[in-house]
Parts: sequence; structure tokens; C-alpha cells
Amino acid sequence: MHVLVRGAGVAGLTLAHELLEQGAKVTVFDLLPDSSGSASWLAGGMLAPWCERESAEEPVLTLGRLAADWWENALPGHVVRNGTLVVAPPRDAGELGRFAARTSGFEEIAGERIAALEPDLDGRFRRGLFFAGEAHLDPRRALLALRKKLGARGVAFLCGGKEPAGADRIADCTGIASAAPALRGVRGEMLVLETPDISLSRPVRLLHPRIPVYIVPRDGNRFMVGATMIESEDDGPVTARSMMELLNAAYGLHPAFAEAKIVETGVGVRPAYADNLPRVTRTAEGVSVNGLYRHGFLLSPAMAQEAAAMILQEKRQYA
Amino acid sequence: MLSLYGEDIASRLLLGTAQYPSPSILAEAVRASGAGIVTVSLRRETAGGRTGGQFWELIRELGVRILPNTAGCHSVKEAVTTARMARDLFGTDWIKLEVIGHHDTLQPDVFGLVEAARILIEEGFKVFPYTTEDLVVAGRLLEAGCEVLMPWCAPIGSARGPVNPDALRSFRAEFPDIPLIVDAGLGRPSHAASVMELGFDAVLLNTAVAKAGDPAAMASAFAQAVEAGRRAFKAGPLEPRDMAVPSTPVIGKAVFE
Repeated sequence: MHVLVRGAGVAGLTLAHELLEQGAKVTVFDLLPDSSGSASWLAGGMLAPWCERESAEEPVLTLGRLAADWWENALPGHVVRNGTLVVAPPRDAGELGRFAARTSGFEEIAGERIAALEPDLDGRFRRGLFFAGEAHLDPRRALLALRKKLGARGVAFLCGGKEPAGADRIADCTGIASAAPALRGVRGEMLVLETPDISLSRPVRLLHPRIPVYIVPRDGNRFMVGATMIESEDDGPVTARSMMELLNAAYGLHPAFAEAKIVETGVGVRPAYADNLPRVTRTAEGVSVNGLYRHGFLLSPAMAQEAAAMILQEKRQYA
Repeated sequence: MLSLYGEDIASRLLLGTAQYPSPSILAEAVRASGAGIVTVSLRRETAGGRTGGQFWELIRELGVRILPNTAGCHSVKEAVTTARMARDLFGTDWIKLEVIGHHDTLQPDVFGLVEAARILIEEGFKVFPYTTEDLVVAGRLLEAGCEVLMPWCAPIGSARGPVNPDALRSFRAEFPDIPLIVDAGLGRPSHAASVMELGFDAVLLNTAVAKAGDPAAMASAFAQAVEAGRRAFKAGPLEPRDMAVPSTPVIGKAVFE
């Protein structure tokens, strides 16, 4: 069985990995020579199913809780299991209660514990929520490592030009570019800040009634700050308003971010279905995996397993 | 029946469409609320030319009247531009006019509001101004040509409910014949019922439903509260008094104890 995976974002690469593990021959085709055109290139990389449950439906938790194990298994050493810290500025302390009421898997912690977890936040927040079971990874490192691993194990990566023919089945993982009818785009804007003055060991979510923001630590004193959610398919540059909101939130978490360098701004369009949940669907040419929305790294492992099973079962039916 | 700019509207509950967990849940909430009008924010969704076409398509499919708004606009110019864009996009001259004057409380800039209302009404818009409970400002808005007023009862999204019921009472008394819609600040169905009991014609909600644990269930709870409040107002509620009044007359009792 030879499967052509169309799209080298997180959906495509996780599916390629899953298919390879189960003995299929895989080719990955994308318009760009790397994965930088995909929404997942701009992802936060939080494996945070309990936190996400605050605004997402139950499957995000049930499907997402296995993601950290999948990534650890596929790419040993990439997953950092330090949990997630959720805090709110004093005047928005009520937001913590609201967040807690809609989630599970956390403990309520006080200032001393926050300082023990993140020494640089000492004295800044009196209460917080700690989701010990959550994890994170660096999305770009993970995508590059996955490409490398797949390449080393015989997966061909083809780029641009005409789509190669000859595959038995095609798996479409092209996100918003697939232009699937029920799909809509949700614009997201992010920043990367760099400062040696602060260090964090885990993603920190800063609650705010209007502009909730997360900050994910990366190597090299860098911090990814994200992300806006705008019902638009516009992928033009970050707006001044969004930039201001993201920076404000970073500054609210720690004033030292005021001196950080803005080393990158990014804008991507997340593919989403009306219920904001991803789907694997059967198509005439094979399958489609789409609608990962803001849960690419969290839900692509479960989608990859489902899609691989669908493709390979089909093969058994033919046999 | 509620009549807004000559249109009969069956439901006295208007629902905002922002902040829901997903468009599907938004659709469920709108159905459960029975709302005949939904508001749609234009400001952010139109970042650039390629707009949230799919999202708007989903809202159009709800089959309810769309009242575009200028949420998030901080100047007259911004609000007027957004209103014009909304007219083109949704094919309606209805506009819920917001001109925000204060970043933290989202308090309306009432001076800008009156100015923007004048400009838009001149251009043929039917303006639904989001305002405070200030009677003088309200008078100016009517002078400008507004035929509906939308006073807040607390800051947007604050879920505090009517923080100044006396002001709302005098607002109602001052404008007995103008459709008045309480917009912003309602947190619970009991809040909605209480302003409807004061005689307001309708309420507009968003956060209280969108951010509830179960938005559709909350939408239906609000629908019932609005209905209950309206019926109570029509039925003529008893005014509070200082003295106890026994509901059974003591004199007529057969046996004194």
C-alpha cells in the first residue's frame, strides 16, 4: 500500500508516521520545501487538554490526553512534562474561578507554590491553577525532527510542481488550503519575544476577561506569545491592536517583558469545522484529516491513528 | 408585539454572536433563545479584505435578522466606516452603534455616539445606540433621529446585572413611548427578568450566554426570564411598602387565639 500524504503540517507528518509504523509506503507532498507554510509552524505546542476544555468540547480532552505519550514515543526527548500554570491579574481574579469551574485536572495553588514552580513570578500572583498532567513541546523542532526521522526511514518528501501520481490512496492534510466546503479559517496572530531576564519552565496562561493569552517558553531565552482568535481568513500581517494586546499580556505577566526583543511576528489561518473539532473523513481518493483548529499538536496523534486505521482497513477489505 | 423601526419582532431577547466555544454551539444557543435578532461584530472579523465569509455564512443560516454592530470602535470615524461596511456586507441599514470611550469599562463615549448617530442617520441608517442611562444624552440621541435606545445596566461583559435600578426606572419613565433595550451587563436570567419587570422592551445579551457552562441551556433560561419579566410588567407588579399587610384579614377570622 502506497499512500500519498498531501500537506507537511502536523496533521500530515503525524499521519505519515502512523502509516509508516503500520507498514505502509509513504510519500509526503507539499508546496513548500519545509513545513513553514502550515498553521502548525506557528503553533504554541501546548499539550494541554485539560486547560483547553475550558472552551472546547469533551473530545478535546478524551482524544488529547494521549498526545504527550504519542509525541514522546515518536520523538523521545521533545516533550517537556512540567504542567501548565494558570494565573490572573489581581483585578481579574474572578476569572480563575470561572476557568476552574469549567476544567478539571488542576490544583488550586497559592503564591508560595507559584514561586516554587516559577521563581521569576515570585510575588506577582497570589492564586493560580496548576495543571500538573500537561506538557509542551517546541512545534518547529518537533516538525523538523519528524521530517528527519521519516526521511531516514524511507519516506520521500516532494515539493512543488505536479503532484506525484501512482499512490494507491491519498490522504489530504492541507488544512485551510484544502478549501473543503464546511471548513472555515480562524486567524491567529503570535509573537516571539526574546529576553534573558526571565525564565519559565512551563506554559503560563494569563486569564483576562477579553484577551486571554498564553506564553510558552522556548529554547534560547525565547517565548512564544499567542494567540488571537479572529473569524477571518485574512493572513496579512499582525495588526497593531493584536500586537498591543499580546504585548500587554506579556507585560502583565512580568514587566521585564517590556525590555524583550520582538524577534518574530506570525499570522496563520487555522482550519476549523463549525464545532471546532477535527474530523477524519473518507474521500473518493482516500481520506481527509482536517479541522484541527487550535489543537494541531494535541489532536493530530488521535486523528492520525484514526485515519491510518481507515486507510489500512480499506486495504484489508480489498484484499 | 415589539416594533423596532417599523419591523415587528416576535422575541424580546436579542443575542450577540461573539465568544461562543464554536459556531455550532452558537447556533444551538440562538435556537434555544428563540431570539429574532442577533448582533454581529464587524470590527475584528474584517481585518483585511478576506473576511470571515464562512463564519458569516453560518450566522446567515440561522435565519434570524442580523443587527451588525460597531463593537470595539473607539472613534466616530471608525464607527461610521464600520457601519458603512456592515451595510454593504449584510444588506441592512440597521446598525447597533457603539463608540467606546473608556478602555477598561468599555463605557460609551456619549459625545462621539451622538455625533456618529447624526452622521449615520443622515445617510439613512437605522441606528440602535449603545448608551448609558444618562437622560440628557438619550434626549440628544432621539433628537438626532434614533428611534430606539439601548442603555447599559452595567459594563459590557461584567455580568453585574442592574447596578442602578433607579436610573433605569427614571429612564423608562422619561421615554415611555420609545423602544428601550437593555444592552450590556446582564449576567443572570434574574437580571433580565428584573429589567423587563421595570418595563423595558427587550434585552440584549452575549457574554452571559456565550461563556455559560452550557450556552444553549442558559439561552433558554434567559428566554423564559425575559418572558416572565415582560408578563409581570404587563400584569402590574405590586410595589414594595413598608408596612406588613396580612393576606388574610384578621378581623374575619372565626377564632382569635
